[in-house]
Formats: sequence, C-alpha cells, structure tokens
Amino acid sequence: MNRAALRRIWGLVYRHLALYRRSWPRVLELMYWPVLQMVVWGFVTAFLAGVQNNTASLAAGMLLGGALLWEVALRSQMGFSISFLEEIWSRNLGHIFVSPLRPRELVAGLMAMSLIRVVVGVAPAVLLAWLFYAFGLFAMGPVVVAFLVALLLMGWAVALGVTSLLLRFGAGAETLAWSVLFGLTPFACVFYPVGVLPAWLQPVALALPAAHVFEGMRAALLQGSIAWGHLGTAFALDAAWLAAMALVFMRQFQTARVRGALLNIGE
Amino acid sequence: METPAILAEALTKRYRPDAPPAVDMLSFRMPRGATWGLLGGNGAGKTTTIAMLLGLLVPSGGRVTVLGHDMARDRFAALARMNFSSPYIALPARISVAENLRVYAHLYDVPQAEKRIVELAAQLQLTELLDRPAGELSAGQKTRVALAKALVNRPELLLLDEPTASLDPDTGDWVRGWLERYRAETGCSILLASHNMAEVERLCDHVLMLKQGSAVDEGSPAALLAKYGRDDLEQVFLDIARGRPREAMPA
Repeated sequence: MNRAALRRIWGLVYRHLALYRRSWPRVLELMYWPVLQMVVWGFVTAFLAGVQNNTASLAAGMLLGGALLWEVALRSQMGFSISFLEEIWSRNLGHIFVSPLRPRELVAGLMAMSLIRVVVGVAPAVLLAWLFYAFGLFAMGPVVVAFLVALLLMGWAVALGVTSLLLRFGAGAETLAWSVLFGLTPFACVFYPVGVLPAWLQPVALALPAAHVFEGMRAALLQGSIAWGHLGTAFALDAAWLAAMALVFMRQFQTARVRGALLNIGE
Repeated sequence: METPAILAEALTKRYRPDAPPAVDMLSFRMPRGATWGLLGGNGAGKTTTIAMLLGLLVPSGGRVTVLGHDMARDRFAALARMNFSSPYIALPARISVAENLRVYAHLYDVPQAEKRIVELAAQLQLTELLDRPAGELSAGQKTRVALAKALVNRPELLLLDEPTASLDPDTGDWVRGWLERYRAETGCSILLASHNMAEVERLCDHVLMLKQGSAVDEGSPAALLAKYGRDDLEQVFLDIARGRPREAMPA
C-alpha cells in the first residue's frame, strides 16, 4: 500500500473522527452498551459467587470474560457497519465513490474506524470489570490478545456481509447492522461449551471463529492452558470468512455499479 | 492530436434488459478546455450519462475515455484528475466546512492541503464559514462549499450537475461568473448538466441536446439558435422536448 493510499484511508478515518469530535452522543453510545453489559453481568456474577460462597469463582471469570470478549466482536462488526451507514445517512456516498478511494481502501478505512470504536467502547467496560468486580481481562495471560484479534476479525467478516446487504438493499437493511451478530450469540457459545448444544447444532457453532475463541477462553481460565487447536481453527475460520465476505462485498459493489445503486443508496 | 477531455463511444445504458435504454448509443468528443452543456428534459439521460462518465455506473455498451483513461479499466487514474459537484449529493452536515475540505484533500491526495483550503476559501468567500458545520449553511453557501470540494484537487475536468439549482438569481449569477473566471484562468474542461438555459447560453461553448437517451442535436448556443430560428435556448429546448417540427417554427 503506497503513501497516497494510506492518505486516502486516513481521509476516511479523519471524516469519522471529526464527526465524533462534534457529536458527544455518538461517543457516549460507543461506551453505553459495553458498560451496561458489564454492570448486568457483574451483578449476575456477584450473585452466583455469593451462592457458591466463593468470590473468586471461576464461573465469574467465564461470565465476565465471555461478556467482555463478545463485546469486542459485537463492537467490531457494528463499528464497521455503522461507519458505512453514516455515509448513507449523510448522503455522502456519491462523493466518496467518485473520489480515487478504492473499494479495498474504503474497507481498510472502515476497519480502522471499527478498531477505534472497539477500543473506545470496550476499554471502559474492561476498566469497570477490574475496578468493581476484580476481574482482570489480561489475567487469562497474553493469549487474550489472540482472542481479541480473532473476534475483531470475525466482526469484520460479518460486517462485510452486512455492508454487502446495505449496498444491495440500501438503508432498508440497516437494522441488520445492529442485530445480525446478536443472532449468532447462541451459536458463538459465549457462556457455555459447544458440547451443550444439540449435536445437530454443533457444526454450526464450530463453523464460527467465536465458538473456538470461547472454548480457548474456558481452557485458559479453567486449566490455565492455551488451546492451540481452537486458536488456530479460529484464525483459519476468520481467514476463510473474511475472504468469502470480501468476495461477496466486491461482487455486490460491482453489481451496485451496474444497477446504478451507488447513485442513490437510501431507504 | 491531443486526447479529448471526454470521449464517449456508442455509450448505452439499460437498467433492465426489457426496459428501453436510459442512454442509447451516445457518442461525443469533448475537447480539452471546453465547456459543454448537457441539456434535456427529466429522464433524458443526463444523470445516467454523468454517472457513467464518473465510473459510478457501468455502461451496458460502448466505451468512455476520460482524460485519456479508459473508465472500464483505469477509472481511478481519471478520478484523481477530475471532480464532481451536485446539489443532490450532500457533504457531511455535522462536520465543519474546513473538515469537509480536509477530508477530500486527503482523498484526492492534494499536496499542501491546508494552503489549498485557505486559497479556495478566499476565492469562494468561505473564510468566515470554515469553522461552521456544513449543515448549518444556506443553500448558496452550501453550493460554494460544494464547489470548493469539487476544486480541491485542481481538476482538469469538472462535472457539474445543475450547479446553480435552488440558488437565488444573485448567488446563481455569482457562481456563473466565478466558473467563467476559473475556466479562463485554469483551462479546466467543464461539462455541466442544467435546466437553466440562460446559464448554458452564458457558460457553454457547445451544447449536447438529449432526448430519451439519445443526442438529438448539438452545436454552439449561437448555432442552435440560428438553426431553430429562436431567440433563446429555452425555446430551442422546448422545440426539441416537444418534438415540434422545424417547419412549424417561426421564420
């Protein structure tokens, strides 16, 4: 990627950062749900720990760790999709698409915005978990960084699919930007092992990188070990899903150019 | 021979296979430094043509070459050297005028971006507005900001879709005067689509009349007036739009 390409990507990121600088409700919204989730799961954990009469309960770690890590995937997907939606809402896509910004640079800019939104949104929740519930996300060890990256990548793969649908159906598909990953929560096995699912559902779960990340998280918390098999599978699935969704996105982008949808993406 | 600003060859667009073409075998060669007007009623194919020239829309047939670049294979090289403004495509409303211009300076990889923004702001009387959110501006101010965005990369080709739509006569006149001076100073090629015939008469040295996706006539405003025996382009436009036979026209 050359300097001009990096500058174009920065142009897109700068546009969104300028928007956040002038819109505190947007910044608040970034942190609102992760913090709320942490408060709810913190109390659930405190209750369970009390029942078990064990404040250092491993269940506490799994619940809080699961909630925090799943937020990374959710915020990653939403950060990407909503940044694209911002361009639709501001009716600015026409200008973007007639600039020299390549589709892959658009995707890179949206990924950068997603990363920024994840950091700003999830960091307060991580801090909250540490201050009020004595749960340190990094207590899992350095492997947590790999978990975070794997979930970030999964969020981007799903977001590419959502953005493809936005290109196809316009803002009419925008509810997917908020809901699609919530729909995958039961199969991501955030709070329970894959083995809990009925046998016929397990292949669905195992096709998701998240299910392997959370199996890995439980191995780290319960056995103090790194489940290399799950970690490797998570990244392999991320690569496969990203490649597949990138193809879908590029195909949908080209179709939108044929249909004339880039001229008037809206409702 | 110098490569033309725009070369359209048998350009055709059908949105659906069973629908009549929105643009039908349109061919023209617009030389560098010229200002051309694209005229036609609603649905004549102006917006579709501009979208194909910008690479936003893939033609069903034919070919577009812009500043020597084939838009089917090399559109990003052309896009870096051209720009576009339309009142129907907004700039982000919540961020300031300066931030908007900075975004596009980055997207077009403009050297010395801040200097260019200050320069454009001074030329287009935007200096006082640079820190204002773009959404809080009047229609005339928004038009000037859109023009600044369209000029940020010093384009060799400028595509303007109804550049003075919804402006009061005074502001519209100011914009037209400014475009005249800009072209004279820079030699920029301009293609504008407009429903304002007086504007086309004043700015354009060549007019392409579209009807149902095809070019039905073309020439300089003076030549068209003489050909149709009319006093202004509006009457010529009506003759063409309503399909009035030339023998029915006043002598």
